[in-house]
Amino acid sequence: MTRGRTTSPAQHRLDLIAVVIAESHEDDSEADQTLSPEHVDIVGLCRDAPQSVAELAAELDLPIGVIRVLIGDLVDGELVHVSRPVPPAELVDESILRDVISGLRAL
Amino acid sequence: MIFGRTERGKPPVEPVTLKILVAGGFGVGKTTLVGAVSEIRPLRTEELLTEAGRPVDDTSGVEGKHTTTVAMDFGRITLREDLVLYLFGTPGQERFWFMWDELSEGSLGAVVLADTRRLEDCFAALDYFERRSIPFVVGVNCFEGADRYPVDAVRQALDLDEDVPLMLCDARDRSSVKEVLIEVVQHAMAYGAKRRQSVTS
Repeated sequence: MTRGRTTSPAQHRLDLIAVVIAESHEDDSEADQTLSPEHVDIVGLCRDAPQSVAELAAELDLPIGVIRVLIGDLVDGELVHVSRPVPPAELVDESILRDVISGLRAL
Repeated sequence: MIFGRTERGKPPVEPVTLKILVAGGFGVGKTTLVGAVSEIRPLRTEELLTEAGRPVDDTSGVEGKHTTTVAMDFGRITLREDLVLYLFGTPGQERFWFMWDELSEGSLGAVVLADTRRLEDCFAALDYFERRSIPFVVGVNCFEGADRYPVDAVRQALDLDEDVPLMLCDARDRSSVKEVLIEVVQHAMAYGAKRRQSVTS
């Protein structure tokens, strides 16, 4: 599926909670002959709603390492893009933390 | 993150994602805790290991087995359309700690779950977070049938720093778990403020 690759070139390690978003211009990934069914599945799931790397792995029942490689392919093919999670330095951003607390309270 | 098809042509909201780790010994209730607040049934993701486990895993009799699987359970809480919190249960076995390094990077903080009948099971986790300066709170899971100890006694037994919050909780109870998570975030805020202060002063 990954054709023996364990890492994706030019792609730094995707965090488990990095969010994968389908590019909106792309509507015919099913027709792309270079994609495996798993690639198509990923694009399909992300088109329904942005998905984290961990969710995609669980949903498709694939190891994280495999998912990372496949996502790397899709990023290269400009079928999806990835939004990185909040960088650690900004985690101390109090306004985000306050939002998290009020969000939890409201559950 | 909302399920259901987003309207075509309208770009989907790209949520900010955060994570909190849930650590503790085997069978202490990590997945239960995640399940109590998660809006999805805890999902399981797996990572295939090749050589890493070899010195430890006894593969005699199954020499054809070159890979081991590390499983992590996780849940999701959508706080707002654009703000999503993930909870990750850390793999229990200590030899999978390299997975923790990956998980803990960029995490908001952690919950260390403790069982008063087997307190020593969580020492390793306490150690791990202390050493990496990751803010954490200790939740003492109140199992039915386990003796209840005063919070101070547990704190002493764990040799916790006085600024580490410790609270009794019930991993099955949604509101109890919510309190624990709020405590983690509050502690992370205080922790961040303290660190900034010590840098500037």
